[in-house]
Amino acid sequence: MTREDIVKTINGLLIEEFEIDENAIKPDAHLKNDLGLESLDFVDIAVIVQKEFGLTLKGEEMTSIRTLQNLYDYIFNCIQKK
Amino acid sequence: MNRVVITGTGIYSTIGRNLDEVKESLFNGKSGVVLDPERKSYGYQSGLTGKLDRPQLKGILDRRARVCMPEHAEYAYMSTAEALRMAGISPDYLKNNEAGILFGNDSSTPAVIECVDIVRARRDTTMVGSGSVFQSMNSSVTMNLSVIFQLRGVNFTVSGACASGSHAIGMGYLMIRHGYQKMIICGGAQEVNLFCVGSFDALGAFSKRESEPQKASRPFDKSRDGLVPSGGAATVILEDLESALKRGAPIIAEVIGYGFSSDGVHISVPDVDGPVRAISMALKDAAIGPEKIDYINAHATSTPIGDQNEAKAIDILFGKHKPLISSTKSMTGHEMWMAGASEIVYSIIMMQNSFVAPNINFTEPDEFTSKLNITPVIKEKNIDTFLSNSFGFGGTNSCLIVKKFN
Repeated sequence: MTREDIVKTINGLLIEEFEIDENAIKPDAHLKNDLGLESLDFVDIAVIVQKEFGLTLKGEEMTSIRTLQNLYDYIFNCIQKK
Repeated sequence: MNRVVITGTGIYSTIGRNLDEVKESLFNGKSGVVLDPERKSYGYQSGLTGKLDRPQLKGILDRRARVCMPEHAEYAYMSTAEALRMAGISPDYLKNNEAGILFGNDSSTPAVIECVDIVRARRDTTMVGSGSVFQSMNSSVTMNLSVIFQLRGVNFTVSGACASGSHAIGMGYLMIRHGYQKMIICGGAQEVNLFCVGSFDALGAFSKRESEPQKASRPFDKSRDGLVPSGGAATVILEDLESALKRGAPIIAEVIGYGFSSDGVHISVPDVDGPVRAISMALKDAAIGPEKIDYINAHATSTPIGDQNEAKAIDILFGKHKPLISSTKSMTGHEMWMAGASEIVYSIIMMQNSFVAPNINFTEPDEFTSKLNITPVIKEKNIDTFLSNSFGFGGTNSCLIVKKFN
């Protein structure tokens, strides 16, 4: 899976599932401050990441993911290590 | 003691998705019962059920609200939004005043099953998702609606089996009567899905008249053979009379009596004495005699023993005056946790439009039901005061008396 595939999948899910405005989706968008996601939403993001990419997000790792770019990178790196 | 009035009602049921549709159905004796083949494929002894579609709330409520709501909270959102509109209560009013919420509910099945399935299969709770816990709790309806409508008063769920909705209104009435709250959104909600009544079906309590679904729910009829499960949600806005007048609210009716009791006899078989005590308490609370009751909306669910014992109880107290009686469950099926609230809404519709809805499928009485004045057809009738019975497993009994507002 390429980085572009990851970006496309994540962005699509944020727009469709989380009903986030397409224009707000930018790599440097802060998940909480810019996209309006809250702690409960991260529980659902963990489920989606598991289903889409087969990765289990741990609570302590989630705390370091602050921007969309952080999320893309995290998923990309995990897949590379697999 | 404060007087307690009703300033708004709302309904989302198998016989109509709003007050106007329900009025038409009550008027025409329309049934909301169907045979669900999927239940038969899961080994249900009876596949009969009330049929209800989920409302489309995308675009109305945000994702966070929707993710946390089970289906019956969606129904309750619809009935509550309708009731608030009727009562002329704006979101700003709720934000700036202390309005509470008390709903009857006694189950929330799919979220529980789905969570357990995931944990058992994957040994990983992170796959459960964020909505499950809020959907699966008994208090799901009140916790969701209190956040959506930004309520600041009393907030909890009443679980009293098939009398839950009635007890919720009764609790709201007592709280306002004694001055603890000025306004409470009361109601009842009941899920309708494939698995929610499997354990109930196991008791063999449902009608087996699958060849004629709309004739299966036949309260008080000699050939009744069990209830038909159903659901939806109903809302009643209770207010202190003084504050309702102050804000210029439309006053629809007044709750004048609430009675309750426990049979203390059997887990599933209803008694006669318990209902007699609850009804007597409601009459005493209302300070009226049985002759003042124009209409009784019976609990009667279409089970052989339940209807028989309610008929005995009604005959003991009303045998001399014989008010008109019908069970709207003949049309709706048994709306269980919701029924005590919906039947107040149905009866208020009748009161406002001067008719008694028919007890459809009542073709022949038995030894006990022959003593009552049950109407199988619609009756034109001026209703000044009505009484509504609700009874449940464990012998919980609730009785409400509502009067036209003067």
